[in-house]
Amino acid sequence: MSETAVGGAGASAEEAPTVSVTIDGVAVSARPGELVIEAAERAGVFVPRFCYHPRMDPVGVCRMCLVEISGPRGFSLQPSCYVRVADGQEVRTSSEKARKAQEGVLEFLLVNHPLDCPVCDKGGECPLQDQALTHGPGDTRFVEEKRHWAKPIEISPLVYLDRERCIQCSRCTRFADEVAGEALIDFAFRGDAIEVATFPSRPFSSYFSGNTVQICPVGALTAAPYRFASRPWDLEQVETTCTSCAVGCRIVAQSSAGKLVRYLGVDADPVNQSWLCDRGRYGFEANGEGRVSSPSRRKGEGHEAIRWPEALRQVAGALQAAAAAGEGRVGVLGGARLTNEDAYAWAKLARTVLRTDHVDAQLDDGLPAATVLGLPRATIDEAVHARLVVTLAGDLREELPVLYLRLRRALAHDGLAVLECSSVPQALSAEGATRVGYLPGEVARLVGALTGDAEPGEVPGADRSGVVTARRMLAAAAAGGATRGEGVVVVLGRPNLAEPAVGYAEAAALLHAALPGARFLPALRRGNVHGALEMGLAPGVLPGRVGLEEGRAWYESAWGNLPGATGRGARELLEAAAAGELDVLVLLGADPLADLPDPDLARRALEGVGSVVAVASHWDASSSAAQLVLPAAAADERSGSTTNLEGRVTRVAQKVVPPGTAWPAWTIAVALAAEMGDDLGFDNLETLSAEIERVAPSQRGIDLDVLGRPAHRDGLVAPIAAVGVRVGRRGPRLIDPIATPGIASVEEQGAPLVVGDAVALGGQPAGIAGAGPTGSRPPLLGPPASSVPATAPRLDAYSLRLVVGRTLYDRGTLVAASPSLAPLRPEATVRVHPSVLERLGVRDGEPVRVTGPGGAVELAASADEAVARDLAVATARLGTGERPGIESLVAGEGPIDVRLETI
Amino acid sequence: MITDAAPIVTARVGHDDSHTLEGYLATGGYEGLRRALELGRDQVRAEVDAASLLGRGGAGFPAGRKWSMLGRADVTYLVVNGDESEPATFKDHLLVERDPHQVIEGATIAAYALGVAQAFVFCRGEFALGLERLTAAVNEAYAHGALGRSIFGSDFSLDLVIHPGAGAYICGEETALLESLEGKRGFPRIKPPYFPAAIGLYGAPTVVNNVETVSNLPWIVRHGGAAFAALGTGSSTGTRLFALSGHVRRPGWYELEMSKVTFRDLIFDPSLGGGLAEGRSLKAFIPGGVSAPWFGPEQLDLGLDQEAVGKAGSMLGSGSVVVMDDSTCVLRAAWRITRFFHRESCGQCTPCREGGGWLEKILRRLEEGGGREEDLDLLMDACDNIAPGVSWPPQQTTICVLGPSIPSSIASAVRMFRDELLLHVKEGGCPLRGAR
Repeated sequence: MSETAVGGAGASAEEAPTVSVTIDGVAVSARPGELVIEAAERAGVFVPRFCYHPRMDPVGVCRMCLVEISGPRGFSLQPSCYVRVADGQEVRTSSEKARKAQEGVLEFLLVNHPLDCPVCDKGGECPLQDQALTHGPGDTRFVEEKRHWAKPIEISPLVYLDRERCIQCSRCTRFADEVAGEALIDFAFRGDAIEVATFPSRPFSSYFSGNTVQICPVGALTAAPYRFASRPWDLEQVETTCTSCAVGCRIVAQSSAGKLVRYLGVDADPVNQSWLCDRGRYGFEANGEGRVSSPSRRKGEGHEAIRWPEALRQVAGALQAAAAAGEGRVGVLGGARLTNEDAYAWAKLARTVLRTDHVDAQLDDGLPAATVLGLPRATIDEAVHARLVVTLAGDLREELPVLYLRLRRALAHDGLAVLECSSVPQALSAEGATRVGYLPGEVARLVGALTGDAEPGEVPGADRSGVVTARRMLAAAAAGGATRGEGVVVVLGRPNLAEPAVGYAEAAALLHAALPGARFLPALRRGNVHGALEMGLAPGVLPGRVGLEEGRAWYESAWGNLPGATGRGARELLEAAAAGELDVLVLLGADPLADLPDPDLARRALEGVGSVVAVASHWDASSSAAQLVLPAAAADERSGSTTNLEGRVTRVAQKVVPPGTAWPAWTIAVALAAEMGDDLGFDNLETLSAEIERVAPSQRGIDLDVLGRPAHRDGLVAPIAAVGVRVGRRGPRLIDPIATPGIASVEEQGAPLVVGDAVALGGQPAGIAGAGPTGSRPPLLGPPASSVPATAPRLDAYSLRLVVGRTLYDRGTLVAASPSLAPLRPEATVRVHPSVLERLGVRDGEPVRVTGPGGAVELAASADEAVARDLAVATARLGTGERPGIESLVAGEGPIDVRLETI
Repeated sequence: MITDAAPIVTARVGHDDSHTLEGYLATGGYEGLRRALELGRDQVRAEVDAASLLGRGGAGFPAGRKWSMLGRADVTYLVVNGDESEPATFKDHLLVERDPHQVIEGATIAAYALGVAQAFVFCRGEFALGLERLTAAVNEAYAHGALGRSIFGSDFSLDLVIHPGAGAYICGEETALLESLEGKRGFPRIKPPYFPAAIGLYGAPTVVNNVETVSNLPWIVRHGGAAFAALGTGSSTGTRLFALSGHVRRPGWYELEMSKVTFRDLIFDPSLGGGLAEGRSLKAFIPGGVSAPWFGPEQLDLGLDQEAVGKAGSMLGSGSVVVMDDSTCVLRAAWRITRFFHRESCGQCTPCREGGGWLEKILRRLEEGGGREEDLDLLMDACDNIAPGVSWPPQQTTICVLGPSIPSSIASAVRMFRDELLLHVKEGGCPLRGAR
């Protein structure tokens, strides 16, 4: 593992270059094994190219990068993207012979290219256009008829193919096969009749299809949402972070005429390495649909717009009354869509002004905050270079697609060992990961069997040989490091909403106790859920990974009085609301009516609570039911920072203005505090960010100023003090200049990560408004202690245990509001083993009734050999008003057993 | 004039039952393999080295040296290339169809010498009868103990699989063949690093030998490498199977001792090509397959010798000799050859994929009357961008040698018959059209 931890000031260590080559007469030091094109580029010599992509294996097919390379038989023309440097090698990139070859290839490429640049989306940012000018012959000698084909072809609902423009570089087909692992497109036919094609009756339905559009060096592949949307010279852009899920891919957000039109992936080495999932790529469309654009008050069945002063007065009035009635009369739910700064402001408002610790950014669909924040954290780079990755999470392909992409590549390409613990086989085991199963509710028992000293007993849902193999894998990997478990990374999530979260907390605690050296990558899915937890939007947790009691003295000196008792998590909070024990429920972008695993509880809570205030960007089920709605700015409409699942903090930037009079959520908190006669201590983003850096222990050394420096565009992993800044393998630090056109910042990404003066830890910057905390900094949360796992109830012979997983395109607010993504939702089904359907006498695809403790739903049955015989597998959030989804069966914590009946 | 050397690979093809095991055994079949098993691995290799047998697929690389380059690994493979698909080349077709057991015996001897336990014959899919006979022969060989476990009671075992090609010429290129054999598209691999001897089939070291090459092995083992080397001269030893086509009275295959016979003999000797049709004169001939540069009457007295032909600026290649008399439109000939390469380009790399099509269009336009004088220079320059220098042996901007095969016929036509091409421009089409 070429991992380097950088403490205080200093540059990251790079592997020492040891090969000396001469490129165009200049001596260059290159890394052994480096490609000639890469060495040339670092030396400032650009060699034209099309098929070469720094994140894929070279193939040397387009021949554009031909240069003269010296060899035993003198100089010969060789593809510089394919040949690796050798000591003493001499390279001529622009000799007469090399230039003639390059011009010749470019002329050949244009032979059948339609040259329809004026009507091509790629025109203006087209590597073929650019390189025709820089490395082409400048004139055409081709007078024959070009090849003609019908175009464009819709190869998926999101991607169109223009075969005439294609130059057969194979970037797209290689991406699909090599990176995504879904070879749904490939070449058909041969010679100049060769074309990129899908397989008969199988569209290019990939969660990652947009990447092929981004890396297409011509206008052959275009994305349906961007076709004819803008010209490149009309685009404005900022670099920011995608908050569609918790991976935190770096992107540029581009707008035209004040409207978001495109996201492009940026090559952030430790995170997304230029890739994006389609949900992230096209999710920005949601910004334009179904927005709350004005403060609103419920009137009859709908809402009426009111003005901000009136809205603030009414909300503040309700909150003030609740706060006056005593501690814990207000609940604050949600926060995963906020920035870190928003979340901090609301965490502070709740504790100090609203007098409540009933705050929770998760909707009973994640893991206990103490588990997430307390376990030793891994980075994605550590995971892909681990001795062993153990996944104990939902299907990462569905939940955290780019994390899946990184792990899949490491698994399929670099030999990473992966152990998938799952009730239902997931994408990683389909790609070759070893899998061990378990019956929902028995996860802690499985982990006990894998890590325990004694011979493992029977684990329901797991076959014995699978347990033995997994145990052996884990033991072998765990023994490799200095501390037991070092080099093991556990991806810990919440795979099944019909199964208690506590099982996963117990499993994690058991793993930590058995393997103290193992690190964890918490696979919570929601956009900035990690930032919200980090900023204290969880009961009993204060900003900076501090427990309420441990941090009381510190925070009371910084903030003032805190609530006396630990608050309730989402489920208990809503139960209290349903029981009439809450006066006000504040929804911070949360939609419990649609999102809570138990929607009936959400309905009862919203009915039972005194009033519901929604701070919302979109009209969703819950904001539509709120008495008062305050419009909030959404992604790309406000600046700040966000935190991904590694704890990596990156900047998010504003590109467009929010609709109507929507505000960033932190300003709403500030305004409400002021309306209630209080002062949160900050009135601009800079002082807010500085206060977080100063007060929140895990955030020391990290503020917007530090994050804004070019060297920190990939973010900083918190806490800096505890782990140092972990610099991943600085892979090829070459960013393909033709891969992401027009992104000036990407070249700077190669700058070594420098921990500069602002990260001089422990200092207290002067001149910041608000009281400075006194006393010693509280300790960060530690790993939870392990306990004896609870046992799950036995499954009776007539029932099936329910697995409620997630899918990438569901009825969530953002997908529903994205016109390109909403139609991609799959049909709601219940997947069972074929023998279950046989017993019922039901055919594949026919509807069945699924009955559980929370009621009954009708779903199409789907026979699937991969599903164990005692399971019923369904996907959350695919139901509609008329046809309720599987979540209406979820009541209580689970596990939940259901029965299937014919209709 | 013609040497009296006995045929080596075509000794049996005159018999109707030459493809059957019975017929094969009656004519000394599998004696070579038995002898090889007696001699031992090292001695067989020594005999092949002594024979200085050149590969018969086209490149003419010494078979013994190719064998010695095979990388060491737990698993290695032998692949016999029977994907002969080039226009005017039909020697392997004959061997597969008329003497399949000889191919199997040769492959088995090679596998034994190489210590390989798994061999493949990649056979052109269009050889319907050949495939039928080869498959039957493999079954017979297994039953006879010449394939499978403990061959003829020895401790040597070999499995041999017949794989029919799917109709792409490029799969005759050895690395494309290996890709195809692995079930992928027949895209040639880049050498280095993908020299089959180092990284071949399924990434394992692999020897790829031509059908004719392995067909020589039973004879070499039975008669000794020295006897083989005694035939021919210099580096061109033994006999070779030539495929003669075009404007001769007696087209067909001729197995001839190498070097001892000239092109004049092959084309004009009454026992061989038998000369041209009455009143016709020789315009040009292709000495070694359609990817080779052409020769004119002045090269007729060159011997059928790899080295001599190479020195004269072309190649003996696959041993296909195409004769063009004075009724031939050389432009049309070059166009037809270019059209073949254009259609058979795998499409992987740009110069061949696009260059082939462009050149074909220019040639057709010249032939059909739309030519311009500058087209001749354009043809040569486009050729230069596929094979820089347009010289022999060619340099290349492509991955495999299909690309630089394209310019051969075009450059030959332009260089040897510039006036005739210009006449096409002047007369607005082919001046010979009426003459035919």
